[in-house]
Amino acid sequence: MTDIPQTQLEFAEVDTVTQGSNANRSLKRFLRHKPATVSLVVLVILAVIALLAPVISPYDPTAQDFMIMGNPQPPSAEHLMGTDALGRDMFARVLYGARVSLAVGLLSALMASLIGTMIGALAGYYGGLTDDLLMRFVDLMLSIPILPMTILLAGILRPSIALIVIIIGTFGWMGTARLVRSRFLGLREAEFVEASHALGGGASRIITKHMLPNALGPIIVATTLAVGGAIMLESALSFLGLGVQPPTPTWGNLLNESRQWLSLAPWMAIFPGLFILITVLAVNFLGDGLRDALDPKS
Amino acid sequence: MSFQYVIRRVLSAIPLLVGVSLILFAVLHLAPGSPLDVYAENPAVTPEALENIRVSLGLDRPLPEQYVRWFSSFFRGNWGYSIRTNNPAIEDALSRLPATIILSGSAFLLALIIALPLGIISAVKRYSWIDHAATFFSFLGISTPVFWLALMVQLLFSVQLGWLPSAGMSSIGDDTIINRIRHLIMPASVLSLAFVAGWSRYVRSSMIEVLSLDYIRTARSKGLREQIITYRHALKNALIPVVTVIALDLAVLFSGAVITETVFAWPGLGRLFIESMNGRDYPVLLGLMMFGSFGLIFINLLTDLMYAFLDPRVRYE
Repeated sequence: MTDIPQTQLEFAEVDTVTQGSNANRSLKRFLRHKPATVSLVVLVILAVIALLAPVISPYDPTAQDFMIMGNPQPPSAEHLMGTDALGRDMFARVLYGARVSLAVGLLSALMASLIGTMIGALAGYYGGLTDDLLMRFVDLMLSIPILPMTILLAGILRPSIALIVIIIGTFGWMGTARLVRSRFLGLREAEFVEASHALGGGASRIITKHMLPNALGPIIVATTLAVGGAIMLESALSFLGLGVQPPTPTWGNLLNESRQWLSLAPWMAIFPGLFILITVLAVNFLGDGLRDALDPKS
Repeated sequence: MSFQYVIRRVLSAIPLLVGVSLILFAVLHLAPGSPLDVYAENPAVTPEALENIRVSLGLDRPLPEQYVRWFSSFFRGNWGYSIRTNNPAIEDALSRLPATIILSGSAFLLALIIALPLGIISAVKRYSWIDHAATFFSFLGISTPVFWLALMVQLLFSVQLGWLPSAGMSSIGDDTIINRIRHLIMPASVLSLAFVAGWSRYVRSSMIEVLSLDYIRTARSKGLREQIITYRHALKNALIPVVTVIALDLAVLFSGAVITETVFAWPGLGRLFIESMNGRDYPVLLGLMMFGSFGLIFINLLTDLMYAFLDPRVRYE
């Protein structure tokens, strides 16, 4: 699932700096992308809801109503999204689930992006043997099927939330690395980079001050799209019972719990999935809009 | 295609095979517990007997030697024995292979049959309502969690409407083709969705690129019919990059089956993987992971060679 947007990104062409007055043009291009603008609003709302879950939520997400245990209640004015089999309010669980799902998605994507940028930058800056070795490592990582491997690791380690972030991040950086590398290879010969060399600029200075800012657009786009992929992967793991462990609710966990009750209490399945769908859809539209804005040549 | 290129490319796959097997071997040793735990809990097994088993399994040897033994016996078809069934692990896997091939193969064909025309129409009628609808649909397709979609179609077509069976490959006592197809419809459709979405986009962008090339303008100026230009001249070249993307996605398709098979209780490799995970059946898990990784490396290799064959420019880079 995560592969589709990432491979598309590899067609990205080298483009010029997007700063200063370009920022204005980028903003305009972004605002012209209606689905992306709407998605940004949706995502901000989701983030606020997740942050304010304790304030908004009418119930504690783990509080059980023993009167209705084993008898999930359909959505009503009292329970907006119904209740689950243990008598817990689904709305509260979806709200609190958003916190974990969004945080895991965001942090895993950031981690993947950080690793990918570092490896891609080193490979692209130094070239030669460094590049060969690092790219062989990327090939190696890409030779492992990601979903089964994360399932295997999660199953063996029974991970905490932090460890899930690490597992997802560890297997999600290869696309970004290739992207940054090809970008850097193009920038190596650029005159402003050579000028910095001539002025005695060190490697770390040239990489961070001169080359990285010129590769930022595609990195931002890739990171955004990776958030969607990471949310999907965490949900898949939790859905299989191998991700975040109950009673901590995540959208994937909620779906896992809903399976036995599908015919009796379909609302238990409908709402958490709908939230995953809306979030990932918004993230993908946002990524597309950012691509138009920051990386217009691709 | 130059013989040298093929050899070079094939040889470059070897370090990958070794690297992947090393990583998987390391993961195995990361796992808590040892293969002897099964015996250790058995009061009838004395410490001496346990030591004998340890020696006979080669677990007293240094790790590098254990790795070499494991690696070579994997290729001789000896994956060890399943902890759950006591069958040779490779036999358990092979018995599940046909179900996965049926499901993934159907999903693959279905995705291809829908994605190709959809992408072509989107490219030819660029910015038309049908193109916009296809774009939105593909965003929806790549954003829908497979496991949720699976639950939703089960809810609609099995629970509510009662049209299709919700799980399994066939009904007990009813092994007819019709019955099997009815079982296949939902899992195959669900599995294919993300690929329809992705591939139709690739076909579209590839077609748009080719349609803007000079030779297409030449064909137009010769007065050729638009349909001949689209299907005979443009499509052939537009499909070259698409073929590689589709081939690479084959591996993703197989891993996607892990979830689809689990939700629809489809008795394939993916479900075996999850069952083995829940049962801590490491010999089967490792065998499947090795099998999957090697399949992935093989597909990558094949894709590169195919690309070089279809597009001669690649070989000279």
